[in-house]
Amino acid sequence: MVAPSPTRRLVGAVMHRATVLLFIAFAVFPFYWMVVTAFKQNADLYVGATDTTHNPFIFNRAPTLDHLRTLFGQTLYLTWLTNTLLVGVVVVAITLALAVPAGYSLARLSGRWGERLSIGIFLTYLIPSTLLFIPFSRLVSLLGLTNSHWALILIYPTFTVPFCTWLLMAFFKSLPKEIEESAMVDGCSRAGAIGRIVLPLAVPGVLTAVIFALTLVIQEFVYSLTFISSVEKMTVSVGVPVALIRGDVYYWGSLMAACLITSVPIAIVYNFFLDRFIAGFTVGAIK
Amino acid sequence: MSPAPHAGDTLRRADRRLGVAMLAPALTYITLLVALPFLLALFLSLTNSSAGSLDFSFVGLQNFRSVISNPVFQRSLRNTFVFTLVSQTVVIVLGNVLARALMKPFFGKSVARFLILMPWAAPISLATLGWLWIYDSTFSVINWLLLVIGWLGPGEWYYWLGDTTLGMIAIITIHVWRMLPFSTVILLAGLTSIPNEVREAAAIDGAGMLARIFQVEIPIMKPILIVALLFGVVFTFTDMSLVYLLTRGGPYNSTHVLASLAFQDGVLGGDVGRGAAVAIFLVPVLVVLAVVMLRASRRAEVI
Repeated sequence: MVAPSPTRRLVGAVMHRATVLLFIAFAVFPFYWMVVTAFKQNADLYVGATDTTHNPFIFNRAPTLDHLRTLFGQTLYLTWLTNTLLVGVVVVAITLALAVPAGYSLARLSGRWGERLSIGIFLTYLIPSTLLFIPFSRLVSLLGLTNSHWALILIYPTFTVPFCTWLLMAFFKSLPKEIEESAMVDGCSRAGAIGRIVLPLAVPGVLTAVIFALTLVIQEFVYSLTFISSVEKMTVSVGVPVALIRGDVYYWGSLMAACLITSVPIAIVYNFFLDRFIAGFTVGAIK
Repeated sequence: MSPAPHAGDTLRRADRRLGVAMLAPALTYITLLVALPFLLALFLSLTNSSAGSLDFSFVGLQNFRSVISNPVFQRSLRNTFVFTLVSQTVVIVLGNVLARALMKPFFGKSVARFLILMPWAAPISLATLGWLWIYDSTFSVINWLLLVIGWLGPGEWYYWLGDTTLGMIAIITIHVWRMLPFSTVILLAGLTSIPNEVREAAAIDGAGMLARIFQVEIPIMKPILIVALLFGVVFTFTDMSLVYLLTRGGPYNSTHVLASLAFQDGVLGGDVGRGAAVAIFLVPVLVVLAVVMLRASRRAEVI
């Protein structure tokens, strides 16, 4: 191998940084725009884009907290957040109750037919909400759950359970088999070994499942839009875009504040759990 | 206990019974709330059900006939394919570039990773709202920039969401923005899984950069490329949130995709049978994707 000359290396390094910066700018711009909008005074915000002397990227007047005050004081934003978390907690509980045993069973107790089943569960990822909302609308009205949080609680596990089962299966597979086996040699039953040895070790995996189930619930839009019609029952992902706009009047400052406050914590959490998230999608594809 | 080649051969009967019992609740739930509704969707598309009542009668293929001959549907079918093909091509190409850039160590890499990931983590409806404001007909910052650099002359203006072509460009841009982090992290995982020795060996054998990428890395990464592409296509092909929030399918129903049209007909319009018929057109593509996935998984043990 011939070592590249110093100039070439420098050009390469500059190009590399420039590429990364360009991608970062593209990714971050809408969030930057949310920040700027959320704290700008209306007089600074609503200047038509035809005025080329008014730079919209910076604060031309002092920043203000007015939009935040409006958001928390005069809108249902906090109610929507509460609704979302309420639904989220119940969905997470249901998801864990179904996915933890299923994940363990697929990882350890089901042999070759389990492999096929796990592929089947994986394939349910492919059935989208936009195909299922129509039959669900029948089901929901049949059960009398229209405009009720119970509709969401019933339906949300359709995507959290497959995802978390898959995630947990990968996690259980990554634990060495010997830990249960040695416990069982010592006279523990399989169920006892699971309860006393495996579950404590599985806490990080379960925590990941909790986080992702919760974020999936917060992000969900289609079902919530379809099944919840009263403004005070909406979840945050529907309430903000649908009900925060009154008539044709957009309160962009408050709207962007709501988007920002909801999105950033999720982004931080995602970043922490990213590696496990990738594992959930790529089990086995990477050796 | 001795190590076993196949877990199935050595599973004790009690273990197997426990395995079934532990799997049963999840499997029952998925059967009742995913598999059966899926069949119900097929069934509803053959009926004249409407949102108002639970009565219905069979109408055979009538929904499909009326849907297919409808220009709005034809348009949405075409839009769906354009939307999927264009955005996924861009995402895979840019995702490869970005993943390669992120492989090298550099100062501030973890911060860069966090920032690049943000579009994927943000709830789609809220992120789209941010873009709605960027594309605003009066206050669009893009138009301001285009005016300042002289792209738009005096009196010229882009109504991003009020025009069919611009609307599709806007929708595709947002989708690329949102899907790029997802593909990038998956591709990055694939790239980092290639052992360094393989790269070095290829370099010693005199392979140039392009040859290395196309003849060594891409074949090794094929399973992961398939995973990234497959999920990307599924998420794109079946998405309705973007269109619903940005244009509501307008102007004049010209930017609808299948999913948003199914929502408009089946949920907002209350014509359940017709909405189901529109949504059913998603199925053939999903089936093809599922088959590709299964074959790839058998060959490369993806799953």
